[in-house]
Amino acid sequence: MGSWATFWTTLGGLFSYEFMVRALVIGLLVSLCAALIGVSLVLKRYSMIGDGLSHVGFGALAVAAALNWAPLAVCLPVVLVAAFLLLRLSENSRLRSDAAIGLISASALAIGVTAISIRGGVNTDLENYLFGSILATTNVDLVLSVVVCLVVLLAFVVLYHRIFAVTFDQDFAAASGMKSAVLNALIAGLTALIIVLGMRLMGALLISSLIIFPTLSALWLTRSFKGVTVTAAILAVVCFLVGLVVSYMSGTPTGATIVIANLVAFLICYASSKIRLATQKGAGREAQRTAAGEARGGALGATGRETERGALLSAGEARGGALGATGREAKGE
Amino acid sequence: MALLELEHAAFSYDGHCAVSGLSFLLEDADYLCVVGENGSGKSTLVKGMLGQLEPSAGAIRRSALLKRGSIGYLPQQHALQKNFPASVEEVVLSGRLAKKKLFSFYTSADRRAALNALATLGAAELLKARYGELSGGQQQRVLLARALAVGHEDLKLLILDEPMNGLDPLIKRELYDLIETLNREQQIAIVMVSHDVKAAVNFAKNILYLDSRQEYYGNAHAFSHTAVGQELIRDSCSDNCAICGLHRETE
Repeated sequence: MGSWATFWTTLGGLFSYEFMVRALVIGLLVSLCAALIGVSLVLKRYSMIGDGLSHVGFGALAVAAALNWAPLAVCLPVVLVAAFLLLRLSENSRLRSDAAIGLISASALAIGVTAISIRGGVNTDLENYLFGSILATTNVDLVLSVVVCLVVLLAFVVLYHRIFAVTFDQDFAAASGMKSAVLNALIAGLTALIIVLGMRLMGALLISSLIIFPTLSALWLTRSFKGVTVTAAILAVVCFLVGLVVSYMSGTPTGATIVIANLVAFLICYASSKIRLATQKGAGREAQRTAAGEARGGALGATGRETERGALLSAGEARGGALGATGREAKGE
Repeated sequence: MALLELEHAAFSYDGHCAVSGLSFLLEDADYLCVVGENGSGKSTLVKGMLGQLEPSAGAIRRSALLKRGSIGYLPQQHALQKNFPASVEEVVLSGRLAKKKLFSFYTSADRRAALNALATLGAAELLKARYGELSGGQQQRVLLARALAVGHEDLKLLILDEPMNGLDPLIKRELYDLIETLNREQQIAIVMVSHDVKAAVNFAKNILYLDSRQEYYGNAHAFSHTAVGQELIRDSCSDNCAICGLHRETE
């Protein structure tokens, strides 16, 4: 009882800070939107785009900081352009898209680190972008997050069926008159916005996990697109809340704790899926054994009856034959 | 007027001329099989017929009957699709999007059309099943239902890009029968891209053979008596035994 009271008091204290409320709102919105966008990206095997974009975002921020330019004003357009470039690379089957994305990620990171070193070491702001910090979010971030996340949610709800069609079968969607290239570009653009907004809270190195983890976890639990989408959204929100509270209580880095919460959720989903599968297999084997037992019993009964009937028939035929033979013989035939 | 008419048409893809000088007619309720080796331009031709590619030379004329939602399409299945987390209903309903405006949702009429499309193919019981848990043959039926759901009553043309890939002979036979029934009973014109020349000759009315050296367009039975036709039929895989003999004989 006492420990629960302490927990609730601590939790109450958590949200008495303005920066925590800001982090909560931004984090919830970014987690939710990243999970929704992530469903399409993961299922199309484009999740590396998110990873690549976060690295590009970091590089752009570092250059902006080195040149004393406004971070978001530089980062947003650069990451947007990179999103369309990475999408093009992923769609082009003739290119080694995974290698190309790796190349762009590493180059962006290298440019960022070089820009920082020229300026004279890693400052706090850049470190926040690299590893994330709840203290780093500003009111501008809050307003931007609310606006962008509302756009993402609206786009996702309105275009849900089209996003499904393009994710499931791009060729069919294109043949049906859907602008699949436009939809893909929209998804890539929204991913870029989410990455840029979430980087302060989660860190450039960890933000892509918000895109990847919820969908991967949901895939263990459900097998319909709607189910995966809803489950991923719920998991993302729950893991963010758990991660934020645990990080506050234990003093661990927020971004990393949220990723660990997602990892734990993934492992729980994986284990529950395996247990369910094993239980179903066990029940199936039991049902098979029962059915086989019943069939064997039936077959034995039938065999017994058939043998008996066959023996009677043979005896009768033999008798008849013998009688016939005897009669014919008696008639002297 | 024919549903589709190609006159000395050429189609390019990624800057490379895939097919050129192609002329043929696709009549109402026709059954045309497009056969040829890999890279002979079959899939590029399909994109041209679907209106996704404009001819780089020549002309392609479409009948007024071929409006939006009157062409069903079954593309080649990708490896990613086989385990995709989707319900059969979600997949078949997505066929209805061709007729829907950008910001609109499915109606009860769409759900009815999806169920009807599945019922036409004898797969209504799969409506609530998980797509990823179906067999290859069932998945192809579902994708065929999605193609039918595009227009359902208005469907005039069904374009199938290698629908038999990866299926076992008996399932192939069932699908060929289904497609033939759609063609015969619902008067839907069929264009099927296939590697299986033997089955193509057995089921199709006309054959379009694409090759880098020569082309053939004409009656399927006549094609089976040409030198190239005979050679291709001989080379066809032996798993067509379930198909041959059950329809008109070619040899």
